Amino acid sequence: MPNESAKRTWQERRTPEEFPAARSAKACVWVDRQVNTCLYCSMSDVYKALADPTRRAILDELNERDGQTLFELCARLTTKHGLSSSRQAISQHLDVLESAGLVSTRRQGRYKFHHLDTTPLETIVERWRPARGRSNT
Amino acid sequence: MRIYVTSVLVEDQEKALRFYTDVLGFVKKNDIPLGEARWLTVVSPEDSEGTELLLEPDSHPAARPFKEALAADGIPLTSFAVDDVAAEFNRLRGLGVQFTQEPLEMGGVTTAVFDDTCGNLIQIVKA
Repeated sequence: MPNESAKRTWQERRTPEEFPAARSAKACVWVDRQVNTCLYCSMSDVYKALADPTRRAILDELNERDGQTLFELCARLTTKHGLSSSRQAISQHLDVLESAGLVSTRRQGRYKFHHLDTTPLETIVERWRPARGRSNT
Repeated sequence: MRIYVTSVLVEDQEKALRFYTDVLGFVKKNDIPLGEARWLTVVSPEDSEGTELLLEPDSHPAARPFKEALAADGIPLTSFAVDDVAAEFNRLRGLGVQFTQEPLEMGGVTTAVFDDTCGNLIQIVKA
């Protein structure tokens, strides 16, 4: 059952250790209520995160080179996408992406790097995959 | 008015002098005892009468939080010009220098960012 396996993968990631976003209050409530019943809530965050063109540009740039500092991301967005957002605004966009599970951060020494995580997108693909039925609501 | 000196804030002047000369290739210009610290500057061998870089102690209480905040976001403290970013990246990496941004071309400008081992990130650029 491809849908079942995709859902399990998604659920297994939903612990504070493996999934930083689960540390937020909203996600903790969500985890408490058991993953099954609230899968929809989390996916709303993913769709919301993807709805913003700046956040999609961030994902594009991380897809080109994974593991970037905030400085590099801002430089890319300014020069390649003509975006004039402040560093603080980009940082907030990154927080939204991280809460949705689309970006993860890694601290290495005194530096922080951002990584693309497409796992939530697999849930979307599974949901509308033709001829395999639907398990999500 | 002219700019004759600029500075990087370093944890240890002697360690900084070794990195900025032995690894980066600058040469010592001035070394004058000043109380606990030294007026310690280096210059580029390609421009020995040019702007000096002061290796300034980061002992002020505000200096380290400032440096840590910049470094966490990958922001370089200053920027040096090179003829070939990729060649310099390979040379420095071969010497064990850690890069937080590998060479990146954006709108005709190529940059890279490395750790100076003294608590700062430094950008190299070829415009």
